[in-house]
Amino acid sequence: MRSKKIFFLLVILGLIAPFLFPAFKLQMSIMWILVVLALTWDVQGGQMGYNTFGNIVFFGLGMYLCAATQIGLFFPLGEWTAAGGEKTFVHNSEQYFQGLFLGLIVAAIVPVFVAVFIGYGILGLRGHYFAICTLGLGIAAGEFAGGIEIIGAGQGMTSPPWPKGIGNTELRGEFFYYICFVLMICSFLFLRWAYSTRFGLVLNAIRDNEDKAEAMGINTMKFKISGWMVSAFFVGIAGGLMGNMIGYIEPVETAFPGRTFGVFMVLMAILGGKGTLIGPIIGAIAFHLFKEGFWTFFLGWQYVALGALIVIVVVFFPEGIMGYLREKFPERFGEVVDEKNRKSQVELS
Amino acid sequence: MKIISKLNVLILSTIISLSITLPGFAKVVGDKIILGAAVSLTGKYSTNGEHTKNGYNMAVKRINEMGGVKVGGKSYKFDIIYYDDESDSSRAAQLAERLIKQDGVEFMLGPYSSGLTKAIAPVTEENQIPMVEANGASRSLFTKGYKYLFAVLSAANQYLEVAIDLAVEKNGGKPVNIAMAFEQDAFSQDVRLGILDAAKRTGSKITIDDKLPKELNDMAATLAKVKATKPDVLVVSGHSKGALTAIRQISEMKVDVPMLAMTHCDASKLAKQHGSKSQYALCAAQWHKSLTYKDKFFGDGMQFDKEFTAMYGYAPPYQAAESAAALVVFKDAFERANSFDRTKVRDALAKTDMQTFYGNIKFAETGQNTAKPMVLFQVICDGDNCENKVVAPTKWASTELVHPIPKWSDR
Amino acid sequence: MDLLIFQNPILIVQASLDGILLGILFALIAYGMALQWGVMNIINIAQGELVILGGYIAYFLYISGVHPAFGIIVSPVIMYFLGVGMYKAVIYRVVDRDMFISILATFGISILAQQLMNSVFGSDVVVAQSNFGTTFLFNYMVTLPNAKIFSACISLIFAVILVGYMRYSKLGRAIRATAQNARAAKILGVDTDKVYAATFGINAAICGVAGALIAITFTLHPYVGLPYTVRSFMIVIVAGLGNLPGVALSGMGLGVFEEFSDYLFGTEFRIASVFLLLVLILVFRRFKLSRKREYLK
Repeated sequence: MRSKKIFFLLVILGLIAPFLFPAFKLQMSIMWILVVLALTWDVQGGQMGYNTFGNIVFFGLGMYLCAATQIGLFFPLGEWTAAGGEKTFVHNSEQYFQGLFLGLIVAAIVPVFVAVFIGYGILGLRGHYFAICTLGLGIAAGEFAGGIEIIGAGQGMTSPPWPKGIGNTELRGEFFYYICFVLMICSFLFLRWAYSTRFGLVLNAIRDNEDKAEAMGINTMKFKISGWMVSAFFVGIAGGLMGNMIGYIEPVETAFPGRTFGVFMVLMAILGGKGTLIGPIIGAIAFHLFKEGFWTFFLGWQYVALGALIVIVVVFFPEGIMGYLREKFPERFGEVVDEKNRKSQVELS
Repeated sequence: MKIISKLNVLILSTIISLSITLPGFAKVVGDKIILGAAVSLTGKYSTNGEHTKNGYNMAVKRINEMGGVKVGGKSYKFDIIYYDDESDSSRAAQLAERLIKQDGVEFMLGPYSSGLTKAIAPVTEENQIPMVEANGASRSLFTKGYKYLFAVLSAANQYLEVAIDLAVEKNGGKPVNIAMAFEQDAFSQDVRLGILDAAKRTGSKITIDDKLPKELNDMAATLAKVKATKPDVLVVSGHSKGALTAIRQISEMKVDVPMLAMTHCDASKLAKQHGSKSQYALCAAQWHKSLTYKDKFFGDGMQFDKEFTAMYGYAPPYQAAESAAALVVFKDAFERANSFDRTKVRDALAKTDMQTFYGNIKFAETGQNTAKPMVLFQVICDGDNCENKVVAPTKWASTELVHPIPKWSDR
Repeated sequence: MDLLIFQNPILIVQASLDGILLGILFALIAYGMALQWGVMNIINIAQGELVILGGYIAYFLYISGVHPAFGIIVSPVIMYFLGVGMYKAVIYRVVDRDMFISILATFGISILAQQLMNSVFGSDVVVAQSNFGTTFLFNYMVTLPNAKIFSACISLIFAVILVGYMRYSKLGRAIRATAQNARAAKILGVDTDKVYAATFGINAAICGVAGALIAITFTLHPYVGLPYTVRSFMIVIVAGLGNLPGVALSGMGLGVFEEFSDYLFGTEFRIASVFLLLVLILVFRRFKLSRKREYLK
């Protein structure tokens, strides 16, 4: 059970990472969030063949709901976000953690209901219509949130600060790091289990040929919506956590960042290899490293570098890292290649 | 074993690349005081991010040339680490964290725009890093009890309040009708609050209250409404794009208002781009070169203007001036604290009371600068050659306000 | 909801006229998008950036003393070659692949182009002055900037020229043949690679014209391209491919919708309402088709 050993090794590494690299806690937390985003995108994009740009809606919903719950439970939300607000409200530690706990639960549950609600209409679209429709949803959500007064409208909303008296910023960094890490592990394990059941098979069947799947009697809409519900659950929690870590929620840039995270989700999964379980994880980690590297070394040209990377990945390596490995080492993936037979088919005799 | 070795490679390269990105700065390296700044080099605020950076750099150069900062008997030079926040608030927050945690910076300079300052402030406050910011004017920055935030500029709500008072004064003391359009961001919405306060104070009525999107292209709808309802004052605030779009469409649609009050006129190079069309627009400014403030680094405003233009090829908008002032404040604080201890520097900053070429600086407990009033200037043109002339406060007015604005048909 | 527009009915005229003029310009950009989509099966996310680039060309004409309206001739010529260059560098690899790949690849190109433009052209928001004046109707209550009227007319003229070119010229027929069936066209001797390059170049030229018109009507900044991309999407999707009059009508419809939503819902929701409209139209279409047990292809 080599893979189990590797898995435990990595988990241990992840657990001690904040002490190995204390200055990078926020970076690593964000990296785990990106992994969750990539994994959940893959449920639609890789396993089901429905390229979505709309998962970011759940991200922003989770973010706003979590923050609103954290604040709204103890203080009047309208006054917290009021622009000229003269009052300052401070959470004590009990309120903070209660609020966070409940906030994350709300951030997990409500997006699931939203997925069910809009799923029937949106998931009926196919191919690039689905992609563009979800893109429209993502951007519309951000613009819309920018107009709602009670959550701060265009001025954004600050999430509750870490309560005074409980350790310093290091503790806060560790706290959020571990929650993000646990979220990532949970989503990974859940998806690993889910793919091994009929659910995974149905998703792949939908990807391969949806009409045939329906003709065979599978209620594809039920499974499509279930998949979206799973994504909504994890992405919502991720959003809630991100909002707390960043500290300031801006509707289009932080909550519904369609142009950045929304597209990155897709890229990370493709970079790592969409349709595989580990692909999105590798893709997310690699992407994050690349991006931070570009921002350090190519300042002023970082987007040029990123754009070039995107073009190269998409054009030359659409199968991603996992796909590349699969080609090179098919035995590792359980495929048996009959070399003699394969070659004989292409040799001109 | 191939998978294991591949994973080893992955882990090793991760560690290596992470360590490469760890330059290991600290607050003072050798004879350099390291300041950190995240500014908008790209994205929608790139214009003003550049003005900010140029302001910072010019001040650093001047202060270093003139002997630097004297702490503990030794002379130190300023140095700034810049990152690009891409006009994105979550990026700004991450970069602030990076500057503090990874680069070890202990003193920060502010970004451009209230929104980005609002994103960074929680980070610097939690880490107890003194930040002197020069471009975040939103009042909400000063209501959160921040102790490590110091703003050299006047707060956003003060920007155009004076304009309303002027309008009422010219109306014989009677309340006026106000039409306004504001962008959906922290700064502009705060300016709006100032107008609302002024309206309440003077008993004036708000007839149109429009919000403009960040990707503003077309405000024809608002202007058509203005034409239909004929207010006494039109207030528009939407950063550079807002100012340029407003003047373009006001001149195209021949909208006649007795008073047009705007922000970001000089940052958008309004007078240069629109020429005589921008005439009579009343603009809020944090600073103007004709004001008589002085300091020993830049002389007075005219001199700063001359030297900045020589160095960067364009006249400095107030964003550049206030950014330069931030460095002057830091130098003064370091010298008074005579130490690099963050708490001591923070306390020294809180006690600042000085005059810079940009204006008087004295921080209230909330971090706001309460010693510097806003300035209003009007664009006055001779053909297509336009100049900004200060009209308020009267102490520095170089010309009388032209009111009401002549109709388009008479121009 | 702000009902001012109904209290002053003259505003309805203003909004409609503004919308139609604007919409024709959008329809031009959408035509370019539809051309690429139909012929090469590519969705070009960098369309907006091409438009802005075209606008900058006109702006540079303006600051060198030439009237920016000449940009409608200079810009498409330069942009055509740029488009062909882009095709030969990157796009040709993406043509035969899944459309989603083209979305991502052109997205990469768009963010690359944005930052390049920022570095090369500077980050100022700029405008070009056309000094065309204004037309007044209805006793000065309805104002139409002549720049907008000029834009609409030029867009129409350009569209007519393009349609004529497509129908009657050799290259035009080759393009249409390739769109119908690329393999058959190849067999019959059409150099499909050249056709693709020319199509992409024509699209870039269309963006160039549109950009020049936008320079004199609105503002230019390296980062304002995306809304134009999205609008042209919307128009193509609503009109359906290959439906040229549909593109023009959808364009005008979108323009009018935007103007009216400005008045009714507030300008801050303008972009949101455009996207929501897109979502609603697609979902509505899907339900209509699902009754026949079909789906949007």
